[in-house]
Amino acid sequence: MCLAIPAQLVSEPNDIQMVEVDILGVRRHISTMMAPAAKKGDHVLVHAGFAIQIVDEEFAAESLEMLRSFGIKTAEDLEAEAAGFDAADAAGTLAP
Amino acid sequence: MRADRILLAHGSGGTMMKELIEELFVAEFADEVLLRMDDAASLEFPGTRLAFSTDTYTVSPLFFPGGDIGRLAVCGTVNDVATSGARPLYLSVGFVLEEGMSVDDLRRILISMRDAAAEAGVRIVTGDTKVVERGHGDGVYINTAGVGVLPEGIDLSGSHCRPGDVVLLSGTLGDHGIAVVSTREGLSFSTDIRSDAAPLNHLVAAVLEAAPGVRCFRDPTRGGLASTLNELAEASGVSITVEEPLVPVNEQVRGASEMLGYDVFQVANEGKMVAVVPPEQAEAALAAMRTAPYGEAAAIIGEVAESPAGKVYVRTSFGATRIMDMLVGEQLPRIC
Amino acid sequence: MSDILDGFRDPEVARGLVDAIHEVAKQPCTLMEVCGTHTMAIAKNGLRGLMPDTIKLLSGPGCPVCVTANADIDLAIEMARQPGVTLATFGDMMKVPGSYSSLSAEKADGRDVRVVYSPLDSLSLAEREPDRHVVFLGVGFETTAPTVALTIREAARRGLPNWSALSLHKTVPGALRALVNDPEVRVTGFILPGHVSTIIGAQPYEFLASEYGIPSVITGFEPVDVLQGVWMLATQLAEGRAEVEIAYGRGVNVEGNPTAVAAIEEAFEPCDSEWRGIGVIPGTGLALRPGFAGYDARVRMPVTPPEPREIKGCQCGDVLRGVVLPFECKLFGRGCTPEHPVGPCMVSSEGSCAAYYRYTDYGKE
Repeated sequence: MCLAIPAQLVSEPNDIQMVEVDILGVRRHISTMMAPAAKKGDHVLVHAGFAIQIVDEEFAAESLEMLRSFGIKTAEDLEAEAAGFDAADAAGTLAP
Repeated sequence: MRADRILLAHGSGGTMMKELIEELFVAEFADEVLLRMDDAASLEFPGTRLAFSTDTYTVSPLFFPGGDIGRLAVCGTVNDVATSGARPLYLSVGFVLEEGMSVDDLRRILISMRDAAAEAGVRIVTGDTKVVERGHGDGVYINTAGVGVLPEGIDLSGSHCRPGDVVLLSGTLGDHGIAVVSTREGLSFSTDIRSDAAPLNHLVAAVLEAAPGVRCFRDPTRGGLASTLNELAEASGVSITVEEPLVPVNEQVRGASEMLGYDVFQVANEGKMVAVVPPEQAEAALAAMRTAPYGEAAAIIGEVAESPAGKVYVRTSFGATRIMDMLVGEQLPRIC
Repeated sequence: MSDILDGFRDPEVARGLVDAIHEVAKQPCTLMEVCGTHTMAIAKNGLRGLMPDTIKLLSGPGCPVCVTANADIDLAIEMARQPGVTLATFGDMMKVPGSYSSLSAEKADGRDVRVVYSPLDSLSLAEREPDRHVVFLGVGFETTAPTVALTIREAARRGLPNWSALSLHKTVPGALRALVNDPEVRVTGFILPGHVSTIIGAQPYEFLASEYGIPSVITGFEPVDVLQGVWMLATQLAEGRAEVEIAYGRGVNVEGNPTAVAAIEEAFEPCDSEWRGIGVIPGTGLALRPGFAGYDARVRMPVTPPEPREIKGCQCGDVLRGVVLPFECKLFGRGCTPEHPVGPCMVSSEGSCAAYYRYTDYGKE
């Protein structure tokens, strides 16, 4: 019950809220009754022939960026770094 | 075998079909050549050796994007004979026609078979037809049997794979299965995907010439690549690992598989060939595949190891290794 | 978009998260996921093997197919046996054994059982075949229930005379409460189902934190999503917090999808429901409201199925509660295999046993 895949609207929903979506080139007609604000170009999660949520592409990209940074630093590292930064600044030893 | 009735699952190319074949057919017929369970039987004849194979087609719908039951029936048997390394020469055809079937449809199918045979360079030399009552027969069932000549010194078998061998695949996976399922009522979606049904005997001959040490060929049909590789692993007593990122798959096939919850390794093909070759001949085999008809997208997809015997693995793009399991019954779309 | 999504399957991204998990998870804990799709994602991506020894990942009753009671499957089968009935179902239900048979065995016996991808497809089916009565088998949690609710609304709008729905839908939060009250079940944190939460939001899970002090994280399904969920849970535990957090932000809002929730409430009302191997959990089922009696298969097609029976030795119930691991079941791989399943956990595409059988070597000779 959790198989929902992202798809993109390739048309505007019609008068009975059916719309054509694209999933990696595959086209299907689905219902937007649960996501009435969805419009052409939006990405939605599709489950059992219905859009259950609009996916914010920007949000998704930002989430991914945040996760990518895990490999580099954790939040504590960043804090410690910031603290070290401030100390160095105060002591006038901050390198240019 | 515990089922007392035949289920659709027994025909899907997966583990239940394997059980049916092993516990019923092979058990009753118990022939030494049959027991090798290769796609074609290699037979001694005075002065020569022949390869002999048969296949029956029951696909519904009869016509689908990229082909029809007729093309499948010719290509399927041509390919099975070719896997033994033989040059396919002659086909027989048997038809079970359903009362009420359209004559125009039948003519279309026959033309398709004629064209496929011409493409493969084989001749349809004998046949039979029967008619059954309306309500039986799904329009038409077709059986084809094929015979070919095995050149001297060729002894290919699914039991010959060895650790270190390389696994090649002639092109994109899952096209046929997705093309057929896209026409099914209740699942309607549209794609540009067409069935890959094609005769591959020219491709096999090219690879055999470029890489004479090839262990075996196998065409992954019902049950997909998973059935084929599991059969090879079991027959040879080896382990096979496939690198998922190396396997060619059309974007739309991927999209449809994601939507329906299908494992693309279990989706049917009708125009693809797997070849297992010794590592030093892999590049030559690949080059030959890529320049042969229907092999443009060929790739090296994995390799053979010693153990655990009989197991097939997938190394995913994520880096995890999971078992490539055989299809159990029919492949059904899921929402879970 | 697909390149963004590939990012959530990127092993490089995962590596950073795995390190972070090892960093923060110093105390032993048991994390339970309650969505079959999570069971599959964990098995398929070998995530268990990436965990530190301190983290035990457990599967719960999150596969709606697995938890459908024998008696309910028997009911669906009895309806399929009525003359003139076409039973339309999601593919997931076909092979699941009831007391005596399964839908796929019934189909082999000549009953008209058809697989659809969307409940809306069953409406088209009914319109195309006015001589048949189409019964749609509704199974699933809150992700699927609104799709069936809206289909019922659509059937009513079209005034379809030959269509009805058999609702076997169940809801998740009540089951979670039953699990935490079960003395045999010991869970330190919950990995919550992403798409159920797309519909219901975060609020229905609040009681886990406020009444039981158990942390939970709403998690997505790509391997990186699951790791993020685990990391957030391990962090809550390390920091002594118990909250409901959302890891799967791109798919879930705090308030869920109010349109979908309204659709569920329009067509369904809560009822008691039997969870296979667990028993009746009050208020966790969804029954069609009296106003939709004309589209309720229980009303349109009253039948009396045979007495239900449980298969001896089947431990699906224990597996579903996380009390027993799949390969610890005496029948796993011996007498219960995907070809010949005794219970639903082995046959369902999301069942814990099927996941172990398919993706690992556990228990297979």
